[in-house]
Amino acid sequence: MRAGGNASGPSRSLEPMAPYLLKRVISLVLSLLAASVVIFVVLQVVPGDPASYMLGMNAQPETVEALRQQMGLNDPIVWRYLSWVAGLTHGDFGVSYTYKVPTGELIAQRLWVSLPLALYALFLSTIIALPIGIISAAKRNSAADYGIMGVTQLGIAVPNFWFAMLLVLLFSITLRWFSAGGFPGWNAGFFVAMKALTLPAIALALPQASILARVMRSSLLDTLSEDYIRTARAKGLSRGQTLVRHAVRNAMIPVLTILGLQFSFLLAGAIIIENVFYLPGLGRLVFQGITQRDLIVVQSVVMLLVFAVILVTFLVDIAYAMVDPRLRGRA
Amino acid sequence: MSSLTKLMTTAAILVATSALAPAFAANTAITVGMVLEPPNLDPTSGAAAAIREVTYANIFQGLTRFDANGAIIPDLAKSWDISADGLAYTFHLATGVKFHDGSPFSADDVKFSLDRARAPDSTNAQKGLFADIASVDVVDPATVKVTLKKPNGSFLFNMAWGDAVILSPKSIATEATMPVGTGPFKFVNWVKGDHVELAKFDGYWGTAPKLDKVTFKFISDPSAAFAAMMAGDVDAFPVYPAPENLEQFKADPRFQVVVGNTEGETLLAMNNGKKPFDNIKVREAVAHAVNRKEIIDGAMFGYGTPIGTHFAPHNPDYVDLTAQSNYDPEKSKALLKEAGYPDGFTVSLKLPPPSYARRGGEIIAAELAKVGIKAEITNLEWAQWLEQVFKGKDYDLTIVSHTEPMDIDIYGRDNYYFNYKSEAFKKIMAELSGTTDPAQRSALLKQAQKRIADDYVNAFLFELPKTGVANAKIVGLWKNQPTPANDMSEVYWKD
Repeated sequence: MRAGGNASGPSRSLEPMAPYLLKRVISLVLSLLAASVVIFVVLQVVPGDPASYMLGMNAQPETVEALRQQMGLNDPIVWRYLSWVAGLTHGDFGVSYTYKVPTGELIAQRLWVSLPLALYALFLSTIIALPIGIISAAKRNSAADYGIMGVTQLGIAVPNFWFAMLLVLLFSITLRWFSAGGFPGWNAGFFVAMKALTLPAIALALPQASILARVMRSSLLDTLSEDYIRTARAKGLSRGQTLVRHAVRNAMIPVLTILGLQFSFLLAGAIIIENVFYLPGLGRLVFQGITQRDLIVVQSVVMLLVFAVILVTFLVDIAYAMVDPRLRGRA
Repeated sequence: MSSLTKLMTTAAILVATSALAPAFAANTAITVGMVLEPPNLDPTSGAAAAIREVTYANIFQGLTRFDANGAIIPDLAKSWDISADGLAYTFHLATGVKFHDGSPFSADDVKFSLDRARAPDSTNAQKGLFADIASVDVVDPATVKVTLKKPNGSFLFNMAWGDAVILSPKSIATEATMPVGTGPFKFVNWVKGDHVELAKFDGYWGTAPKLDKVTFKFISDPSAAFAAMMAGDVDAFPVYPAPENLEQFKADPRFQVVVGNTEGETLLAMNNGKKPFDNIKVREAVAHAVNRKEIIDGAMFGYGTPIGTHFAPHNPDYVDLTAQSNYDPEKSKALLKEAGYPDGFTVSLKLPPPSYARRGGEIIAAELAKVGIKAEITNLEWAQWLEQVFKGKDYDLTIVSHTEPMDIDIYGRDNYYFNYKSEAFKKIMAELSGTTDPAQRSALLKQAQKRIADDYVNAFLFELPKTGVANAKIVGLWKNQPTPANDMSEVYWKD
């Protein structure tokens, strides 16, 4: 709170924030450029020709050649890279080989599923994990602590796709409360769409919440053994007040790191859950793109995910700096 | 008091009837599950079966078409005359036909579509179908004349393929994403990755379909497909991806299991141009080492018809040659010895992704090991398989199903991945394409089947089945798959 107020107001601590931000932005742009080269080159090396894939086993060689020409696959490689990157800078991702629509449109459609799903899962994971992590640490070695540790251990160990199938068995096939998968689209109404995302979000959130709760607990335990906690208690704050005002806040840095990583993971790594619930998300788009050698789609989505990961890391760095002003000097 | 009771009773009845009303109305919507999503919806520029499974006979129509049993019947061409020399086909077109974009259909559209498919820059995946056309001429708006370079007994058959449908010139630019045809259903929308929705076309020229709305939903994961059927999210899954669940559906009165044929000859293909398979004795040895029943039971859960040549068993011209390559490991060993491989050899077995190939491959590798042939399995993605095996011919053995109908002619192609070279076979094919007499054609087709069986070109395994699951109340789905299609024009709900 205090750091946020400073950043927006003209105060002393604004100065160290600006160069820190600039450095972070430069590093962000460089990382993106490097990633674009790597992604492009790797996909050129992957065996398999998109035109042959589309035309199948009965096609004549001249037809494949005509399609390659049409798709621009016969242009020089450097030219293709430059035109792709040039397009990216003004938001043009190129036209999908197989779907034959602008890739940007495809990605946008998928993002409307993947982004809400990731946020939904992250929200569930956070509201479950933080309280139980705090309880666990505050009541260390109690029955509640052991119970929570046991359950979260299980949550980490259980593969999320298997847990997802159990959810489908219970809530879709037996109870018929939810459909077994699919996504009706946001046009069908907010609650209908959110309902379709509920089981996948729970399946995704379980392992994340378990990890987050354990991180919260151990981080808080570390903080609770610090000198300033004793000082806070000594100056007359109650246990609860100390926990809320000093310990939890200071224990948040590792938790934020994990949250950032988890968000990137949820956005890109939900592919198995997307398959179990046949959700049209980004992960499945990449998967389809790879099997169909729709290289434009694959490189654009991967680029976007790289961008998302780098951006989240960037935001987390800034969040650190806000939580702990000392970090600004160490950019 | 009594009037209040009466009022409440009336209200209750009203509520009850209005709640029940939708249940009495005929169900005119259906959701059909498909494993693969079509990459786009233009059947004239892509080979994916999924394109046809959505569009064939629903959105698009051709001059002729396949019916549910694979017979060629009139479609947009109501009838036709064939000149005595077999070179000129005069098609009499249906009248009063409209495209979904409102433009009227006429002979000009036929000329446009056929000329587009055979143009030098055409990207039609089956361009070979149009290779014999010399010219397409519009006689009058309802008559079109197609002249061939040489007589072609398969011409009407070729025009029935999904690749030969008639398109609206006005909407050609957006065909891939907003297909416009003359069929009973029009395209409504496509939520990429999830579903395609079609609706009844009110201006349809033929018998109106019974369904108002058809949704194709794409579910690639077999266990998700199972859950979707069980939960009732999907009403029918005409090509159901997990044969292991079929018994469970059979036992459940809510469902019907429909098992039919496809046009997919599943082969253990051998590289005839490469040692040791350039030796016919070795190929014969492989054919005898393979136990078809074991493969069908193990990889297909018992579904599939054994074949002894490259031909569909439900075709009237099929010859059962399975006995010629019966399971006989002793004979196989003797043949290998004769061929100079008493201790066997090691070869590669490259497998594409379908489960028949991956599961079948494991079983075949074990069977080959029993006669001394060590097959080293490599799993490939489709794109890799096409590149390495199909295009590059860099393989010894592979398993694949050839799903095009009547495709025995591939054995006469130069440079095909089998590397099979037989002048005798090519002669039969040349004769066949110039023959229109049904009896002669039948005799030639039988000769061709025997030729490749005698040459042991490949080990012929089984005809790929079409295993479908549907709600027990749905009527009119195709049992067989003469061409990839989900023809919804005659589908309806009982009751």
